[in-house]
Amino acid sequence: MKRALRRLATEIVESNHGPKDLYIVGIRRRGVPLAERIVDKIEAIEGERPLYGILDITLYRDDLSTVGANPIVNRTELEHDIDGKIVVLVDDVLYTGRTIRAAMDQLMDFGRPRKVQLAVLIDRGTEHRELPIQADFVGKKVPTKQTEIIKVMLKEYDDVEAVGIFERPSE
Amino acid sequence: MEKPFKRRDLLGIRNLSAAEIVGILDTAENFSEISTREVKKVPALRGKTVINLFFEASTRTRTSFELAAKRLSADAVNISVSSSSVTKGETLLDTALNLDAMAPDCIVVRHSSAGVPHQLAKVSRAAIVNAGDGANEHPTQALLDAMTIREHKHQIDGLEIAIVGDILHSRVARSNIHLLTKLGAKIRVAGPGTLVPNDFQYLVESGLTVCPNVEDAIAGADVVMILRIQRERQDSAYFPTLREYSIHYGLTNDRLDLAKKDAIVLHPGPMNRGIEIASEVADSSRSLILDQVKYGVAVRMAVLYLATGGSVVSS
Repeated sequence: MKRALRRLATEIVESNHGPKDLYIVGIRRRGVPLAERIVDKIEAIEGERPLYGILDITLYRDDLSTVGANPIVNRTELEHDIDGKIVVLVDDVLYTGRTIRAAMDQLMDFGRPRKVQLAVLIDRGTEHRELPIQADFVGKKVPTKQTEIIKVMLKEYDDVEAVGIFERPSE
Repeated sequence: MEKPFKRRDLLGIRNLSAAEIVGILDTAENFSEISTREVKKVPALRGKTVINLFFEASTRTRTSFELAAKRLSADAVNISVSSSSVTKGETLLDTALNLDAMAPDCIVVRHSSAGVPHQLAKVSRAAIVNAGDGANEHPTQALLDAMTIREHKHQIDGLEIAIVGDILHSRVARSNIHLLTKLGAKIRVAGPGTLVPNDFQYLVESGLTVCPNVEDAIAGADVVMILRIQRERQDSAYFPTLREYSIHYGLTNDRLDLAKKDAIVLHPGPMNRGIEIASEVADSSRSLILDQVKYGVAVRMAVLYLATGGSVVSS
């Protein structure tokens, strides 16, 4: 995971010609520690720290009226103006693309970034996509079946660092 | 993670657990950031309808609920009694059933009689939120007061809180007493003998002291909560004159000096300046009256969000 994150950080700065105007934004929950680590790595590589923020997409979900009792809302933290910035959204797993749609809609309510890019640790493959969304930077492509669940475990939440593939419990 | 609030209706604080209260306050804190954005709107309640049904005059609370609904993208409709069919003789129940037939998701109700929201909750499919019922409860006011206290004192547990004024008629006092004692504060109340029920301890099991005078209540307090003299409810003589009330119970700088040095002052509004609170106090940095109004929107956003949320456990 360390290597994958370092590669993501390198690719992000290379494709954007350095850390200038970069705004690394983690999507809650597991995108947040990943974004923090990418920010640290970019600083280590370039000697300059990019802007960093957090999105909570709960209020922008397209399934709010069907998920049962309303999910818990956490805080969105975008302290710096996003106008004219290159925003790199960071999440752990790219699957249907719906989370990213919600994140982009929320981002647009905050301003007009010059460019929005997507970095994910795991891409489960385009055949699962329900929206026309692709990642610009991918840590690892993991082709999976719909009956499987991918879980990224991070020490901030899970005490261990691992990516696991599990069989979805049958109902 | 445990969902903070599983009820459909918010009828009062009395029946809530401390965990439910903290859940609403945490949610409200996360919502407060939305009102600082340039685009103060999120799509969470898009397509939902909130009816504000106010049988009593209100500017602050009604506006606050309306803004809360709109910032969540719900459609808000305001009905005030002067323009409603109530003036044409319709019963409360019929009004409620007619509104419910238009399929709103939430009805926010204020009424001069205690228990009206509870009655509506029995017949309505929409979630009912109590915005003040008679002298019974005003749950969202207590929640925004608690949020204000938490923002400045970081926690409520262990605080000494003085509530001063017309306790008898005050739904704000009742909701606050329930909420603050559930979260571990010690409450002292003071006011004219005619406006402080002697047996007020019945409200809570512990943590409430009825003080003989306002100085005793304020001495050493962390929070001083001043209640409004409800002139519209003063048709019988609870105290001789407003001037006399002001002399004996009004919060002046001298009286506030008895409280802790970093004590904060709350007032639910609208203020009667120079009667229950001196202007010098109301306009000082210790007064958080406008913070209360600010947090009111966040609290009501949280309540509307939680009350209209999908499948529910009815209260």
